[in-house]
Amino acid sequence: MNEMSIGADQFSSNPVQRRLLLGNEAIAQGAWEAGVKVVASYPGTPSTEITECIANYPEVNCQWAPNEKVASEVSFGAAMAGARAMTCMKHVGVNVAADPIFTSAYTGVNAGYVIVCADDPAMHSSQNEQDSRYYARAAHIPMLEPADSNECYAFTKLAFKLSEELDTPVFVRLTTRIAHARSVVSVAERGDDQLRDYEKNPMKYVMMPGMARKRHLHVEKREEFLAEAANHMPINVAKIRDTSVGIVTSGVCYQYVRDAMPSASTLKLGMVYPLPMEQIREFASKVDKLIVIEELEGLIEKDIKAAGIEAEGKSITGIQGELSVERLKNVLLGEPMPLDGGAQLPARPPVLCPGCPHRGVFYVLNKLKVHVMGDIGCYTLAALPPLSAIDACLCMGASIGMASGAERARGKEFSKETVAVLGDSTFIHSGITSLIDAVYNQESITVMVLDNRITGMTGHQQNPSTGKDIHNQPAPQLNIEQMCRACGVNDVVVVDPFNLKETEQAVRAATRKDEVSVIIARRPCALLDKTLHPACSIKNCKNCGLCMKLSCPAIERHEGCVKINPALCIGCGMCAQVCPFGAIGSGEEA
Amino acid sequence: MDKATFNLVIVGVGGQGTLLASKILGRLALMENLGVKVSEVHGMSQRGGSVITHVRVGDQVKSPIVSLGEADYLISFEALEAARSAAFLKDDGVVIVNSQEILPMPVITGAASYPAAPLDGFGGCKLISVDALALAISAGNQRALNLVLLGILSKYLPFEERVWNQAIAACVPRKTLEVNLKAFALGREQAA
Repeated sequence: MNEMSIGADQFSSNPVQRRLLLGNEAIAQGAWEAGVKVVASYPGTPSTEITECIANYPEVNCQWAPNEKVASEVSFGAAMAGARAMTCMKHVGVNVAADPIFTSAYTGVNAGYVIVCADDPAMHSSQNEQDSRYYARAAHIPMLEPADSNECYAFTKLAFKLSEELDTPVFVRLTTRIAHARSVVSVAERGDDQLRDYEKNPMKYVMMPGMARKRHLHVEKREEFLAEAANHMPINVAKIRDTSVGIVTSGVCYQYVRDAMPSASTLKLGMVYPLPMEQIREFASKVDKLIVIEELEGLIEKDIKAAGIEAEGKSITGIQGELSVERLKNVLLGEPMPLDGGAQLPARPPVLCPGCPHRGVFYVLNKLKVHVMGDIGCYTLAALPPLSAIDACLCMGASIGMASGAERARGKEFSKETVAVLGDSTFIHSGITSLIDAVYNQESITVMVLDNRITGMTGHQQNPSTGKDIHNQPAPQLNIEQMCRACGVNDVVVVDPFNLKETEQAVRAATRKDEVSVIIARRPCALLDKTLHPACSIKNCKNCGLCMKLSCPAIERHEGCVKINPALCIGCGMCAQVCPFGAIGSGEEA
Repeated sequence: MDKATFNLVIVGVGGQGTLLASKILGRLALMENLGVKVSEVHGMSQRGGSVITHVRVGDQVKSPIVSLGEADYLISFEALEAARSAAFLKDDGVVIVNSQEILPMPVITGAASYPAAPLDGFGGCKLISVDALALAISAGNQRALNLVLLGILSKYLPFEERVWNQAIAACVPRKTLEVNLKAFALGREQAA
């Protein structure tokens, strides 16, 4: 292994075409050119488009997995078996996949194995702001961080090369502003994609204590080697400009720094773990003051300080949310933050679409005033007024476990007024084991699976219960009823969430029972069901406002009466069922 | 002609098709060999909510995000959303807005009220407010709203109509091209 060679040829491939690509698309292109053969992922904003994009390359075996752990295991297995492989996930997906990822650092790989994780500072579409750079440190896996689409492309190619040269998984870390920003990429052709030999090697791949102790030594040596090599890697770039201040930064923050303080000296890190500490020390010696600009946690700053180099960072920027050019000008140059006059205007939170089948379920749950243990999906929006139905939402699949825990805390009576709610894809992702637990431990919880026939929130991805694969080709279809029965649930019913009476009766019956019950509320996502129904209409409205409780964007209240916006209404007819005066005609009746 | 350099912000309500507008602008910049960065909002969970796309054109562009007070153009698919993003505009910026009002949920439930004159707060900016929805419908499809707004914008940007048409053709499905080009032309007429 020649340390100077690492990363040296990342830009050497012959550019054939300039394209304007999302960071995510550029990752896909880079992986394809690097000869990736197997990609397995679970969708999660802001990472989803990488895998969707790779699915378009016929040379790659690309599939959705039921969750990130499975995806990581499949892609690791492919790499071990000799094919370059990749898995892509959002930051919280790494939590799910952490188990195989940590130990794959011990076994190493055979062909290149790249793990892309997309963090979401400011939580545009996430439940927390965790910093996946901690995983690189904890698992002793190198991590690259691109700062635009061209680097997404080039760093992914480099990641495969590093992975094979150093025999380790490699993280590529994105944030929303890199994953979902387009910039120009010069693309090339697909390179070598030959399978590497597969050899039985239990000392390397069977992680029992005796073997793992030996592999742990390899991990330590590899990391020491890479930490030294990092000082000479071309993707860590020092530029001395004005020497009064030097800024160490990476990713999109580098772009913010260059716009906010174009004259400042910069050390741009392409690899954020391990850090090129000698390069940082040398850079620090050339500037009067060293500042670290990083979003989320102050990891780079802490490492630099631990190495005895004086630096400032989080005391200036804080750990909350995203940075921006404005924020940097404010904290670095003392410029006032520009006024954003939008704050006093009415907010426009996202809402369940007109005709969304989730609406009926949450209208009923709100009406029955039950406790609702929620989950991750579009339906989490039902926590907002006026549906205001959800009490708790933690992570993928947690609704069922939370309901069981609440029963153990407060007794079986509590479960008579509690419902756990999760979507079809979320149930398959990580709800099934919790359902087994509830049956095994003799709970009497009620679970509602909102089966809208698709993974909705991330933009309509197929899953094992939809009967199609990522290429929209027919695939074996997981039967959710049979799955629940196989878990030991005897009381399984299916309802149509558009039918409010039926849904209400099912919830009342299930919660009364002293056993685990599952209600499957089945109807396709409103954006998939292209059947057009005539819009609802209102005659002789008494203005009681009951239909407003549906939280339907098509129902508007204007001075003293309710109107249905025909441009938005798809004629689901739920409002007609809710109106106590029969003033709303559903579809053809009107 | 000097190389074009400008910052543009596109706002609207999730599901209105703002992404196609930024895709066409990005394509245009690419065809003109200009540096460009576009920052988008993805995910179904944004539907019905405020959405924003940033487009920065120029060879020295670093951040993919337009700073407050730095936008030359604000394209808004809805009146309230234009007001919400007014702070992005430069003092002499241009705002092109579809005058349609879409009520957000807090207004629908009565928790807040829709501003009486949402387009009053643009100071010295040039304000072009049109019923772009009506024009899109007259072009043949309400989804072509984005092309009406781009048609107006095209009168302010230094790109030839021929290049615009090529960029549009490269970004929209073939079967909708005719309607989209018609909507674009209607927008250009509005601005003339």
